[in-house]
Amino acid sequence: MSLNRREFLKSSIAATTAATVGMPLTAEAQATARGGDPSWHWEKGVCRFCGTGCGLLIASKDGRVVAQRADPDNPVNRGYQCVKGYFNAKIMYGKDRLTQPLMRMKDGKFDKRGKFVPVTWEQAFDEMERQFRKAYAEKGPTGVAMLASAQKTVQEGYAINKLFKAGWRSNNIDPNARNCMASAVAAFYSVFGTDEPAGCYDDIEHTDTMILWGANMAEMHTVLWSRILNRRLGNPNVRVVNLTTFGNMSSDGADLEIIFKPNTDLAIQNYIAREIIARGAVNWDFVNKHCVFVTGPYDIGYGMRPTDKYAFPAERDVQAKELRVKLDKYEAIAQRRKEGEVVEQKNTANPAAHWLITFDDFKRAVEPYTLDFVAELAKGDPDEPLESFKAKLRQLADLYIDPKRKVVSFWTMGFNQHVRGTWVNEQCYMNHLLLGKHSQPGNGAFSLTGQPSACGTAREVGVFAHRLPADRLIANAAHREFTEKQWKLPPKTLNPVPGSFYAKILRDLEDGSVKWLWVMLNNPFQSHPNLNHWLRAAREMDNFIVCSDAYPSVSAKVADLILPAAMIFEKWGCYGNAERRTQMWRQSVRAPGEARPDLWQILEFSKRFKVKDFWGEQRVPGLKVEGYPEGRLPSVLEEAVRMGYSPEMTLYEALFATPENTKYKWPDPVGRKQPNSVAELLGDGWFPEKALWQEYVPFGRGVGKDLADFDVYLRDDVRGLKWPVVDGKEVHWRFNEQYDPYVKKGAGFEFYGKLFKAIPRGDLDKVTDPTPVSVAGKAKIFYRPYAAPVEQPDDNYDLWLCTGRVLEHWHTGTMTRRVPELHRAFPAAVLWMHPEDAKARGLKRDDLVWLESRRGKIQVRVETGGRNRMPRGYVYAPFFDEGVLVNKIVIDAACPISKESDYKKSAVKVYKA
Amino acid sequence: MSEHALDRANPAAGRPVRLYTPPASLGGRLWSWRYLILRRVCQLGVLLMFFGTAHWGWSVAGAPLLTGNLSASEFAGLIPMTDPFAALQILLTRHMLATEALLGVGIVLAFYALVGGRVFCAWVCPVNMVTDLAGWLQARLGLANVLHLNRNLRYYGLALALVLSALTGLAAFEWVSPIAMLHRELIFGVGMGLTGVAGIFLFDLLVLKHGWCGHLCPLGAFYALLGRTAQLRVRFDARTCTRCGECIRFCPEPQVLKLDQAAAAGMVASGECTNCLRCVPICPEGSLSFDLRALIPRHNAQPLKPD
Amino acid sequence: MTAPANAGRRVFLVRLTQGAALAASGGLVWTYVLRSEARASPFALRPPGALAEPDFNALCIKCGQCVNACPYDTLRLATAWDSRPIGSPYFLPRETPCYMCTDIPCLKACPTGALSPQLKDIRDARMGLAVIDIENCLSWNGMRCEICYLTCPVRGRAITVERRTGPEGTHARLVPIVHSDHCTGCGVCEKKCPTQEAAIKVVQADLVKGDMGEHYRLMREGITPGAAPPAPAVPPAAGPDRRPAVPGLDVLNQGL
Repeated sequence: MSLNRREFLKSSIAATTAATVGMPLTAEAQATARGGDPSWHWEKGVCRFCGTGCGLLIASKDGRVVAQRADPDNPVNRGYQCVKGYFNAKIMYGKDRLTQPLMRMKDGKFDKRGKFVPVTWEQAFDEMERQFRKAYAEKGPTGVAMLASAQKTVQEGYAINKLFKAGWRSNNIDPNARNCMASAVAAFYSVFGTDEPAGCYDDIEHTDTMILWGANMAEMHTVLWSRILNRRLGNPNVRVVNLTTFGNMSSDGADLEIIFKPNTDLAIQNYIAREIIARGAVNWDFVNKHCVFVTGPYDIGYGMRPTDKYAFPAERDVQAKELRVKLDKYEAIAQRRKEGEVVEQKNTANPAAHWLITFDDFKRAVEPYTLDFVAELAKGDPDEPLESFKAKLRQLADLYIDPKRKVVSFWTMGFNQHVRGTWVNEQCYMNHLLLGKHSQPGNGAFSLTGQPSACGTAREVGVFAHRLPADRLIANAAHREFTEKQWKLPPKTLNPVPGSFYAKILRDLEDGSVKWLWVMLNNPFQSHPNLNHWLRAAREMDNFIVCSDAYPSVSAKVADLILPAAMIFEKWGCYGNAERRTQMWRQSVRAPGEARPDLWQILEFSKRFKVKDFWGEQRVPGLKVEGYPEGRLPSVLEEAVRMGYSPEMTLYEALFATPENTKYKWPDPVGRKQPNSVAELLGDGWFPEKALWQEYVPFGRGVGKDLADFDVYLRDDVRGLKWPVVDGKEVHWRFNEQYDPYVKKGAGFEFYGKLFKAIPRGDLDKVTDPTPVSVAGKAKIFYRPYAAPVEQPDDNYDLWLCTGRVLEHWHTGTMTRRVPELHRAFPAAVLWMHPEDAKARGLKRDDLVWLESRRGKIQVRVETGGRNRMPRGYVYAPFFDEGVLVNKIVIDAACPISKESDYKKSAVKVYKA
Repeated sequence: MSEHALDRANPAAGRPVRLYTPPASLGGRLWSWRYLILRRVCQLGVLLMFFGTAHWGWSVAGAPLLTGNLSASEFAGLIPMTDPFAALQILLTRHMLATEALLGVGIVLAFYALVGGRVFCAWVCPVNMVTDLAGWLQARLGLANVLHLNRNLRYYGLALALVLSALTGLAAFEWVSPIAMLHRELIFGVGMGLTGVAGIFLFDLLVLKHGWCGHLCPLGAFYALLGRTAQLRVRFDARTCTRCGECIRFCPEPQVLKLDQAAAAGMVASGECTNCLRCVPICPEGSLSFDLRALIPRHNAQPLKPD
Repeated sequence: MTAPANAGRRVFLVRLTQGAALAASGGLVWTYVLRSEARASPFALRPPGALAEPDFNALCIKCGQCVNACPYDTLRLATAWDSRPIGSPYFLPRETPCYMCTDIPCLKACPTGALSPQLKDIRDARMGLAVIDIENCLSWNGMRCEICYLTCPVRGRAITVERRTGPEGTHARLVPIVHSDHCTGCGVCEKKCPTQEAAIKVVQADLVKGDMGEHYRLMREGITPGAAPPAPAVPPAAGPDRRPAVPGLDVLNQGL
């Protein structure tokens, strides 16, 4: 036994010696230490997780990803990553990776009550097609739907968007980005008329002041946080402020932490605006040249259903607020009304409407938001003295207003997942515009994204129920016409009625109006709030749910057919990150077993349908759009035939393998002998990823969304490009003449976005002159009032519940929980709670508790310490753990404008299990 | 039997010498094994209680049934027990034991001082099963001892253990004890400690019958010294004994059956007797029986029933 | 003296010598085994409250009652040939760390006092000390990991994260640093560390801790220049003077 130990001692001494004296290692060992085995093949890639878009290098050997490193040449991350990113190479190799199509079967055929049985792709598509045709025949284009994803590659998003909207003439396709970025999008549209941020990550290195609004960047945008801290550390003048509802890791690195009550960010923003005006700090030169003042209706509801038909009994009291709301004391002051007044919610159908007001109106509107009023309303930590909170608000205003300071405001889900998400986004621009601190290096309001291609795929490609590629809208006739032309469709092929948004698709499933649902690359049955409804709808209603996934997620479990999907480095792809950077990668390896890329699934499935199946007349109940027969989509078959289509043509031939597209041949030199599973499986010799990209690019040309050619992004010297890419040059700051070629010469700034740029005039309460006035080239400064959250803690449900992510896991944990190291680091969700709140309930750390709301209850363990410091009355639970389905508890109220769910404000109670 | 010449003629008995014949019936045979079976039940039972407490959470009145192992344990969260030999070694390292351990020492000392120190060896110690097996197998295979050792060697071992404890500052025997090793590993996880026991087995089987327990074990030596005051003893009725020697043939510590001394004392007086009671059922004359020391003179004064 | 008596004495003396030789050689072997077992002590992480190793080794009776008491099955007893002292309790943090029960049941179960009842607050336990291999630590290499810090039960005291500007001038490094005055050695960090071989490991503090020396004090609280020390209640007794009669004389007279 002593021998063992002596060896141990000896070897540890040897290791120490080698490390300190620098004993030369063998050449082989050195190679391994540096760049790995020389037989490895390295390709550039993008991190699979959050919206930061860190660049990677991926090594593969013998058909397997063997290693990975952060890309030192990528300007986003400069060779750094977070611990999730560090495991990109392992996410494909979980033990329970799905490798075969699985279908619920009984007695050899599909049965909704059956158990999952392996089937062939042929069988899977046969049943999927049969069910599709059944649903389409019964319900028309609105009877089928897809819950899509901001984790799709651009080409996947583009293809499925085209299949739904052009092929099936259905707009019932909406991405999980709806629950992630929709509020930001709505505000980009309403304020600037075009989506996505003006600035870029370089703002961090240019600014003096970084204000985090509901963005715990230290955990959720880890690499950007390192950039922020680096800026802070190297420059004593730099200030970082963390506005949050509970103390978190970002507070640890911030100079100022402001803990506010949920929804009162609306009031704090107005306080800052009031201060700007009161201190005479409005940048009149900028405002007069480039901005207008606007407002909109307040009585817009909370994005819930207008009926309680489907509500659980306990949900009814909150649900009733969708129709009428009794104003509380603070809302009354903030909205210039009387306390206790009952306000009918009359504008739920048109919540985004807005009209011009005067500056005097605006000033009058923000007048009630005094420091005293806002501090009393907004102070989030009951243990903080009011004076201390007031001092912090004052400091915040000072930082924004200081003319010598550059300011960047960052936000993500705290703003976006908000019953007034669009408003609070708009308010953030309000202050930056009032101060003229926008669209300049180091100055600007910057909306961060949560998913790797929220920008690139969901938003730019327009994989939303109401969008078409490159800022175009379904409801806009000119946009439809443009798109039809680009897609070479007969006029009026596109359905002019926006489809169901994400939550609505699930509601449609519950009320039986959607019968066929394809879930691709996301996990709605774990991630969408108020889960008990949707889980029941999926399993108990007569419908057919297909789930394309790589792992047995909750959504796969409740599906009827599971299609095994290829994962990120098992396919060619393209993601667009939060700073408009488009990054492409080559396929490194092939997917295991029968798992196949989503793009192949889309293209292959499209072969099963013919042009005549959809381009004839279609019944769409309720369709009432100028130029279309009521309740119907016209037949475009005749025109199609005239254009050269045959009714017998498959959608694959009509939409995808078109003569233009099949000109792009596979193999292609750009492929550098890397595999391409989609091209190989289709086997008809074209290069779908390249062809679809080239087909997509013209949508953005000339409208400020220019993308470069496919091959450019795959060049070894390119680490993604920030659009618009004009004459081969990327744009760092949009709307700024110095940087953006789209701005008119001499204008200085021009907010050239085209959407919603003709609006009526009115006063603070209503439109007074409906004649549209052009505000082209201008950004809008919105007045939006404070509104209370729809559900607030009461005697029964006495705590606020906020949900979100943790550093170690990403979203529903489908991938990160398959990495043993990450699983070990954070194996199960916990409920963060103030120690006093725990004590008051007879609880201590690690106790199992029931977490209950009006919508259900789950069990979870209590954490009173750790990384988050909850104020009294506030609890936080992450949603990554399928063993703790916190979304069963969360309310499915949403921002009525963006339809993005509010995951941050549910009323719950906690008691010992 | 090689160790002790035996005078087979007992003039006092004046009866022909009969040898032990195992009963023909199974029931009879089981009856003749009754103490053996009881001992195994006891040994395994103790082991099982430890194991069940450690692995299956056995408890009594909310407290763990029997925690620890033979070195130190606690019954029902209430009664501590400590191996007094181990405790003595620790004390010799000049470290004071906590009260609980000292109390445990007292309880164990009192118990074994009463029932016979080496009752531990025969009724509790798990090594006994191993060495008994080796002994039985040696007889079955007709293997001869290749080595003879003085049975007093164990006392040297005992002394050495105590001296070394004082010198090294470590409880010398506890750190190498195959008994503790076996017991620990049976309860807390098997490791290479079982090789020590295998060594004992092979030593007993191939080298010297009852080599470990009968010659070397310092713990056995300690309990032998402790056992001198034992109140439970094997009574010896010299009047009926025919000196057939069957008891000596079966006895693991045959030196304790010096029949002349036993006759004088009326019992097996040596502390080295383990009270295994193996001799009782096999005595053809019924001259050996289990009794309380205090009652032995009175019982021996009564004439034995003629058979 | 008669011959037989002489012979008897000789036999006795020979026996005595033989016995002594046997005891001595047996004792030597035995001592060697004991020493080599005890030498493995620095590689074992002990339950909370364990006395300093020599005392712990002496007092621990190897009964395993601490193992019985541990609700997480953290503790185990070293088997023979284990690279830790035989029969003694220890834990392997990478497999199961100490979860620092506030009621310290293992300590309560110890009958001998090898786990000292002096330990009242588990945060005062010093089972070991976490040591970071900064060459392999993700955070020290600029990755955003900090899992050790995030999971440390004495987070913010035992492990803190220091923010440093990065060498490229773009990304700061958030580097975890262990503080021995608060680290209990529970090993949760080692358990959770995501690298293949943990880049943070718990070892007995003696193996890695230095000591600056009694004669030097780093600037800390409690030093007030010019403050007179409190007068001792009893003047120190003059010890025996061990200096040579004329210091330095011996050297001077040594020649060159």
